[in-house]
Amino acid sequence: MTKTTIPVHLDINGHHHELQLEPRVTLLDALRERLGLTGTKKGCDHGQCGACTVHIDGERVLACLTLAAQAEGRAITTIEGLAREGELHPVQAAFLEQDAFQCGYCTSGQIMSAVACIREGHAGSDEEIREYMAGNLCRCGAYPHIVAAVRQAAQEFAA
Amino acid sequence: MRDFDYIRPASIPDAIAAAAEPGSAYLAGGTNLLDLMKGGVTSPQRIVDISRLPELNRIERLEDGGLRIGALVRNADLAHDAAFAKAYPMVAEALLSGASAQLRNAATVGGNLLQRTRCSYFYDTASACNKRVSGAGCAALGGENRLHAVLGWSDACIATHPSDFCVPLVALDAVVEIEGKQGRRHVTLAEFHLLPGETPQRENALEPGDLIVAVRLPAEAASFAANARYLKVRERTSYAFALVSAAAALVVDGGKIRAARLALGGVAAKPWRARAAEAMLLGADANEATFASAADAALADASPSGDNAFKIELARRIVVRALTSAQAGTPERLPALPASPFSNIPGARHDA
Amino acid sequence: MTLELGLNQQPAHLRQGSSIGQPLTRRDGFLKVTGAARYAADNHPPGMLYAVLAVSSIARGRVASLDIEAAKAHKGVVEVMTPRNRPALAMDPDAKDHPFMFRLDLLQNDEVRYPNQSIAVVIAETLEAATEGAVLLSPRYEELPARVGLDDAESFVPRGVGVGNPAVQHKGDVEAGLKSARTRIEATYETPAQYHNAMEPHAIVAAWDGDRLSIDTPSQGLAMAQGRIAGLFGIAPQNIHIRSPFLGGGFGSKGMISGPQVLGVLAARLVGRPVKLVLRREQMYGPVGHRAPTRQTLRMGMDGQGRLTAIDHHAKTASSTFDDFFEPAADASHTLYASPAIATSHEAVRLDTGTPLFMRAPGEATGSIALESAIDEAAHACGMDPLEFRLRNYAEVEPMTGKPFSSKALRECYSQAAKAFGWASRPLQPRLMRDADGFLTGWGVGTATFPALMFQAEARAVLRADGSGLMETGAQDMGQGAWTAFAQIAADGLGLDIDQVDFRAGSSDLPNAGIAGGSGHTATAGMAIHNAGAAVVAKLADLATENKASPLFGAGNEGVVARGGRLYRRDDENRSESYAEILTRAGLTEVEGRGKGAPDPASQETYAKHAHGAVFAEVKVDPDFGQIRVTRMVGAFAAGRVINPRLVRSQYYGGMIWGVSFALHEEAVTDRRSGRIQNANLAEYHVPVNADVPSVEALLVHEDDPHINALGIKGVGEIGVTGTAGAVANAVWHATGVRPRRFPIRIEDLLA
Repeated sequence: MTKTTIPVHLDINGHHHELQLEPRVTLLDALRERLGLTGTKKGCDHGQCGACTVHIDGERVLACLTLAAQAEGRAITTIEGLAREGELHPVQAAFLEQDAFQCGYCTSGQIMSAVACIREGHAGSDEEIREYMAGNLCRCGAYPHIVAAVRQAAQEFAA
Repeated sequence: MRDFDYIRPASIPDAIAAAAEPGSAYLAGGTNLLDLMKGGVTSPQRIVDISRLPELNRIERLEDGGLRIGALVRNADLAHDAAFAKAYPMVAEALLSGASAQLRNAATVGGNLLQRTRCSYFYDTASACNKRVSGAGCAALGGENRLHAVLGWSDACIATHPSDFCVPLVALDAVVEIEGKQGRRHVTLAEFHLLPGETPQRENALEPGDLIVAVRLPAEAASFAANARYLKVRERTSYAFALVSAAAALVVDGGKIRAARLALGGVAAKPWRARAAEAMLLGADANEATFASAADAALADASPSGDNAFKIELARRIVVRALTSAQAGTPERLPALPASPFSNIPGARHDA
Repeated sequence: MTLELGLNQQPAHLRQGSSIGQPLTRRDGFLKVTGAARYAADNHPPGMLYAVLAVSSIARGRVASLDIEAAKAHKGVVEVMTPRNRPALAMDPDAKDHPFMFRLDLLQNDEVRYPNQSIAVVIAETLEAATEGAVLLSPRYEELPARVGLDDAESFVPRGVGVGNPAVQHKGDVEAGLKSARTRIEATYETPAQYHNAMEPHAIVAAWDGDRLSIDTPSQGLAMAQGRIAGLFGIAPQNIHIRSPFLGGGFGSKGMISGPQVLGVLAARLVGRPVKLVLRREQMYGPVGHRAPTRQTLRMGMDGQGRLTAIDHHAKTASSTFDDFFEPAADASHTLYASPAIATSHEAVRLDTGTPLFMRAPGEATGSIALESAIDEAAHACGMDPLEFRLRNYAEVEPMTGKPFSSKALRECYSQAAKAFGWASRPLQPRLMRDADGFLTGWGVGTATFPALMFQAEARAVLRADGSGLMETGAQDMGQGAWTAFAQIAADGLGLDIDQVDFRAGSSDLPNAGIAGGSGHTATAGMAIHNAGAAVVAKLADLATENKASPLFGAGNEGVVARGGRLYRRDDENRSESYAEILTRAGLTEVEGRGKGAPDPASQETYAKHAHGAVFAEVKVDPDFGQIRVTRMVGAFAAGRVINPRLVRSQYYGGMIWGVSFALHEEAVTDRRSGRIQNANLAEYHVPVNADVPSVEALLVHEDDPHINALGIKGVGEIGVTGTAGAVANAVWHATGVRPRRFPIRIEDLLA
């Protein structure tokens, strides 16, 4: 049984992309394999690790459990769209300064999650940061430094 | 993942017509369905994407004092709705104890009711599972089953329902509003999920094409706001399914229990309303002895389905703790670790 | 003249400390926080196809049929590779020319020897088509009963354990020691199978051009991978170019090239186009190694003063049915505690699993949690504080060999960490501490240790007439910070500011940097870099000191010191000359030097070489539910010279969090009938999440080691796991009075 492809219009980091996709293509695979936006990582492909965290309409979601078609017409932000004109986003800068990563593979997802975590108002205490960042696994064990980076960036935003 | 036809209906009737075809599935948040499709556990030929249907993402107060929650309201939006969290704090706490912030931003109210079990044999398509293939057998029986059901299970299936949200909902007499080919009908959440019996493949009261459009909470549900708690024992501090959980809500007056609600999660194929325990609580003194008796009543019919006898004792204890916490009063601020036994450290108000 | 440099000799004219020791941020950090760091699966050469593995769902038997037609009929599927059409190899994948050549499953036949073994590869125009094509193969099997548990097969004594250590060793008379003891303990501990689960699944992008091969794949050992692939395909190693600039974690699972990676190369060969193959998460539970389960029994005897009279440590473990790797768990008892009699022994069974391999602190982690638990039990049996007991049995020389330690600042680790933790106020008896909220609170200690290993590495250094320098070595950064730490060593070695150094690594066309493993990469490749720097500076010094026009003329090679891009006369620092001036006058655009890193055989004979540490942990346990949370950890570690404290602290944290995971979370749950792992995912194979990790402190204890190598470097990558796992287990005992004997500690074990 041959199914047809469908046109999907994606708005990513302020750029418009017209794609012709099989409906089964996830947003994650569309980003990585069709659009060359490989900063968003695939760690588990089942919504269990957080490495593929992106923003849709400003909110953090998992690109592996989102069909590209579901994201049609919505504003998608990936790690590539976070820095403005070469200036690191404060969360990116804080991750760098606090050594909040080691291998770096979960980092895009951690940072996208952290930006949203702060925006949601869930970075009020270390304990709250730990809970609201719990959806992003880090096998290297950078958690203490991730908490420090989120705390630092949150304080910068509050200042 | 098998390829499929993708349909984005413009209205509820269009959606129902499209989904009535065999092999169809509704797609809302996708957090469970896409996972199952990737694993080959389910392979719909047609996906009916209802995520943009108008009218299903509203939270409405009803004239009778009840609340109507649209099926597409996202878990995070509901939990962070200040009025909702104030009136139904244990529901908000349950929502926030489930999954992760990212998943809660996608998962919907309707989808949460339809979550499939986390039984590993259900996911493992090389194993026998009566849910996946009726009559195939149950590999979980005699397998790795320390996380499986202790209430309401049968020799055909010992899986549990994984939802946190549904546990306080069933305690509060939530009603599921369903639209189908024959029009709209209401089914209590207690009757919505089915125990496995001989037909574990049949998990709920939905007929082909049926669409959950809303979940309703009756007016009385808000009367427990001051004394309600959801607690969840997990094997990680967060981002883990419940080993056992409990939702407890009380109305206490002069030391006497005037109304009581109790439900358990992680113990059965459905969110488990403990009515016998509620009956015992009603009119009794609100104290530890009463709570212990209620816990015994709640688990009176429990039996291990495998290496999980400990879950019965654990469930007893969590019932006592949840009731004790409820009696002590709903926390003024939502804990930083929602529903965790380690939730003593207060966090920011979720409704601020 | 050119200075003759011994491998580990301290060259007189290099000055460390300009860059070494500085807490620089990661040089690869900008790329990583912007998503621009290119990992293997991020590559997409023109014309690339996608390959997806079909894997076995049985543990043992043979593949009876595959529906190749159905897979090929799926739109987009280009080819299906099976044993029938897999391109020929120059070498049998089951050949084992040396102990570290591990057998690979490369579709050599239809036999299945573990679940998740590759049985076919589907190659398609899209990832979706390849994935679905693999499903459509609908394999059918002839299945044989699986052997799953440590009691499911006949046990034997392996010929060697770990990297070839004897399976059975002893010194003194353990039975006599036990007999003479005032107090004795005996306990058995079980540890489960664990899977590395690096966040980055194994991935490869392979492209053939004739008999030349271009590969992007994560590798902890580029030269080994290159050699292995060259052997399999019968081509020259230099025809293979492997790029591995960033590994998304390795932990041992990317040390040896794995079967699925080679299948990606074979798939590219078959279709004549570049191919990308990425393991699905569930496929990582089998073909890429794991930590084998163990059952360990420890017997200890103590005299009236709490001194050990004997340690007997026996470990039962498992390897696969077709290859040999035996977790050397009992060897953990060789190095930590003084005892007149020590016996260690191993036995093993063969199970229908993938071959276990090195996983962060192999042997040390499994052995440590059992040993540290048993030591705690022994202390309790003697009525002693567990820290005092450890100090009473402090090993002044390596217990098993009697060799002196090259350095050992463990006493300082104990005292600094104990002080920071507040250990002194700990009650001796368990279940006595409750916090304000009623949680049972417990404190535990564990001793950390890991051998300070060195392997073989080479580096090439260049100084240029523009005043800049280049350092090249095929080092691998799997998150430990190689890009940064090696650049720091290079800067000091070249006598340059770090910004003047072009450091190249992560590619197989660079000098062989050896393996990033065994906590030995920084020491080994670091010494190669250091020596290459010394060699090129020596050449430069020759140019200057032999030329009358130079202010350094006549100073002699050792009479100058390099710093900040200039050579200075040691006896008169007012006389100096820049590198650029020296090279320009000599009419050279650059000079080159090469260096090696390797262990010094003489000091290997003389000294026992280990890093040490002490970890203190606090846990809280819900008294009714048994749910555990680690709330506080303090570790202090002495591992020689610290190249970059910012990175080293991250390594210690990571190791300590692995220790928490070992004690409380990780376990592969296998169905006893099918042999399939039931939690082959990241939802139910629990690794700690952020909320599981409390405040962590890692103290860097100063330690000078004049014997280990010229830089004084030990290693920091694995030691954090050891000690911590035991400290957490011991804290759980102290909180609850229940002694954990199987790991991870389960809630039901604490429901008293």
